[in-house]
Amino acid sequence: MRKISKLMVAAAMLGVFGWTSASNARFVASAATAQGATKSQEVVVKIDNFSFMPHDIMVAAGTTVIWVNNDDIPHTVVSTSDVFKSKALDTDDKFSFKFDKPGTYEYFCSIHPKMTAKVIVQ
Amino acid sequence: MGKIITENLNNDGVDRRGFLKCMAWAGTGTLCLIQGGILKSFALSEVANMDQSKMKGDLSFVQISDSHIGFDKAANPDVTATLREAIAKINGLNQPPAFVLHTGDLSHLSKESEFDTLDQTLKSIHTEKIFYVPGEHDVLNDNGEQYRERYGKGSLGDGWYSFDQKGVHFIGLVNVMNLKAGGLGSLGKEQLEWLEHDVKSLKSSSPIVVFAHIPLWSIYPEWGWGTDDSAQALSYLKRFGTVSVLNGHIHQVMQKVEGNVTFHTAMSTAFPQPQPGTAPSPGPMKVPTDKLRGLLGLTNVNFVRGKHTLAVVDSTLQE
Repeated sequence: MRKISKLMVAAAMLGVFGWTSASNARFVASAATAQGATKSQEVVVKIDNFSFMPHDIMVAAGTTVIWVNNDDIPHTVVSTSDVFKSKALDTDDKFSFKFDKPGTYEYFCSIHPKMTAKVIVQ
Repeated sequence: MGKIITENLNNDGVDRRGFLKCMAWAGTGTLCLIQGGILKSFALSEVANMDQSKMKGDLSFVQISDSHIGFDKAANPDVTATLREAIAKINGLNQPPAFVLHTGDLSHLSKESEFDTLDQTLKSIHTEKIFYVPGEHDVLNDNGEQYRERYGKGSLGDGWYSFDQKGVHFIGLVNVMNLKAGGLGSLGKEQLEWLEHDVKSLKSSSPIVVFAHIPLWSIYPEWGWGTDDSAQALSYLKRFGTVSVLNGHIHQVMQKVEGNVTFHTAMSTAFPQPQPGTAPSPGPMKVPTDKLRGLLGLTNVNFVRGKHTLAVVDSTLQE
């Protein structure tokens, strides 16, 4: 857990969290500004109550996104375009993927497909 | 004996008030009888005083569901113990079940050790055979390969099959594979084609029992409690007089009658889940230890041939 906390602090320090102006008002985290971007960034997405939090994230190319399952039920992290796919994550299990190429990466939990979210890589 | 049909607008023997009453009792132990299309409902306490010989069907079987072997958190750190209690109830039934249906989520994480524990535990059921369909927890990481190897011998595709018992046609369907982002449970084109073909030669008077893990009716799509292409499957069953659909997945009893089809979900033997929309998520419902066994249980189904009678009795581990 200590490692997770550190990562989360790091993510918070790097990130600018806020509500988007989009009509669906989904929570978006912008994990890096152009100037502060380095190639070794890490951002944490929590899986909580059958939701990916933050729901949509914006990160700089080269960022590693780490998903942590906080639920009592297993979940997966699966790209809808076959870019990445985790095994089933039990409670506290993690999965990470480094996003090198800009683009929008939609993903979902293949066990509970109502759980959808995306990573926007700039 | 309480006859509860007071309004019968569609002349189908079912009125809204009666149905809701049946639903309200369902979680606490209810017998719902459909005789000649008339839905009747009795509390289990009444059933105890009724003539037991009349309660016996031509075919009696038990449904258990969602044993989640491997789950070890609140509110039930010992799901193997509660499964054993469910088995003790089955073994204590007046009429031993011809077979047992397990409607999926046998394991929690599809681990070999979890399936081993399940197999070991189920050996003590006094019954001829156990039929299975997979839940989403049984097909993790390997597309269901291990599940099919252990429980799907002789099945088709992802593990679907049908069989006949005493004139009743049973169909086991798989709706937990190849799920699409944003979607619900899914049967898929290949399975639907098989189903259409499977029932084609049957007489319309054949009673049909369909069993699958995720409900084949839309209970609460926001939580994924439904199956995207279930309407297509049910369209193939329209011409049959009696269709019973038995599901698990939602860890609580719900029942609905729609025309010729009775939908029913069973309790889990492992942990309860919240009623639709009453919690932030459908995750395990944490309840005090003394309340747990009142929310876990099994389903006993009786058929009486000729009378088109289906009796479904849910009982908790506490009763």
